[in-house]
Amino acid sequence: MTEFLTAALGFILAILAVGLVRILRGPGDADRMMAAQLIGTSGIAALLLLGTVSGVPAAVDVALTLALLAAFTSIAFVKKGTARFETDAPGSTEAE
Amino acid sequence: MTFASMAFGSMTFALALEIVLAAVVLTGAVWAIAARETLPAVAGFVAYGLLLSLVWVHLGAPDVALTEAAIGSGLTGALLVGAAARLRLSEVPMAVEHPGVILRMPAAVLSVTVAAALAASVLLLPDPAPTLAPSAAENAAATSLGNPVTNVLMAFRAMDTLLEKIVLLLALIGVWSLAPDRFWGGRPGPRHYADPQGVLAFVARVLPPVGIIVGIYILWTSADHPGGAFQGGTILAAMWLLVMMAGLTDAPPVGERRLRLLLLAGPVVFLVIGLSGLAFGDAFLAYPMAYAKPLILAIEFAMILTIAVTLGLLVAGPPEREPGS
Amino acid sequence: MSFVLDIVTIIAVSAGAFFFLAGTVGLLRFPDTLTRLHALTKADNLGLGLMVLGLLPHAGSLRDGIKLICVWLIVLLAGATVSQLIGYVARREGSRP
Repeated sequence: MTEFLTAALGFILAILAVGLVRILRGPGDADRMMAAQLIGTSGIAALLLLGTVSGVPAAVDVALTLALLAAFTSIAFVKKGTARFETDAPGSTEAE
Repeated sequence: MTFASMAFGSMTFALALEIVLAAVVLTGAVWAIAARETLPAVAGFVAYGLLLSLVWVHLGAPDVALTEAAIGSGLTGALLVGAAARLRLSEVPMAVEHPGVILRMPAAVLSVTVAAALAASVLLLPDPAPTLAPSAAENAAATSLGNPVTNVLMAFRAMDTLLEKIVLLLALIGVWSLAPDRFWGGRPGPRHYADPQGVLAFVARVLPPVGIIVGIYILWTSADHPGGAFQGGTILAAMWLLVMMAGLTDAPPVGERRLRLLLLAGPVVFLVIGLSGLAFGDAFLAYPMAYAKPLILAIEFAMILTIAVTLGLLVAGPPEREPGS
Repeated sequence: MSFVLDIVTIIAVSAGAFFFLAGTVGLLRFPDTLTRLHALTKADNLGLGLMVLGLLPHAGSLRDGIKLICVWLIVLLAGATVSQLIGYVARREGSRP
């Protein structure tokens, strides 16, 4: 079981590395934000797996913290990554 | 399969995992440095922080992993993005200024030397490495707290923690001093606005209550399990910043008295309890054995408020609007 | 009983890993920002959800199990929101040179 989870963890880490490529390549801010989101989610998955593999039960707390902070940081990226955007409801026009 | 070969199999699995982890961390570091523009670089930096917290968990240090994930990765990432946004106007002329080889060669040599020195000092550590961990573990009964890290932070090295909180305040004053004179005491950052029917306002209403509970939980559990006031305070700060970013509340003017009282609450409580240790106990910051746990909890609750407000204001930046607006 | 739980873990974690792979391949290969966004959300929802499901049997206590599910719910909420916002950014980017 530990070996299987370790293999899954290595797999997720590899996926994380590939996501990093997308962050660098882009093109465009939206793609980079998406890559950051993917890295956040796979990071949380890796953390949960690692907690079970390494026998650190507090890894779930770290994942909980990471989930909240990743939400905050992603939104900060979107909010600041572009010139200030005012409205985000569908069908709305921008008021600059 | 014999038992020996099965044991060997799981050993190489663990080794392979460590190699993959190290390789991915290095990849993240290289990406963060190699990026040409600020936004991808900051994204790479945040990813790198996340990978570091994985390494900390693997090394059996969940408290550090919590701090890395919360502050090193999340909050610093938001801080850097804010700084990058402010720099955006000057980024075009700055892209033309490329540091020449004369500057980059010594920088490269210096970086390699520092890295080599660190690697040497870690690899050449005597075995077993010198550590105070056993004596800290022996004396854990002094505070009746189950988490040895909290013991060290709040009891054995409480002086360092107290001084760190004061350093945070100094950093905040430093950030405030970046504002022009006429803005002193005003509100940091622009007035954010998001459609009240939109997605951002929705998540800023739903997530913060969860975040507040988790933040207080991380503080509460730090008595016996990994956690701490710092990590909990960071979560609270992030939730407060989220609410501000969605425009549901405005940043408070930094001259407000209530705000400044909150900023002082943590260090003042810490200092008062420390001085009363001088009066009623053996020394400065000595807790009487019977009251150690409630005193520590009182300090931590005051601290989490201060840390949350301080970190939030640090990310919000210097005042950009006049007081009274 | 623990054998059945092990089987559940293996299947769920493998399925979760598969969805992560699918999400990443989609993020790299799909031609358009919005289609890439679609691929990404599959990794968030299904990938992490299945992994959490697979790790639940190994959770230390009921509290740990509840925390695992909370992690997934928070990621769902944040992922859904950020995807909407990214879609907005993509639409705005597309209409500008």
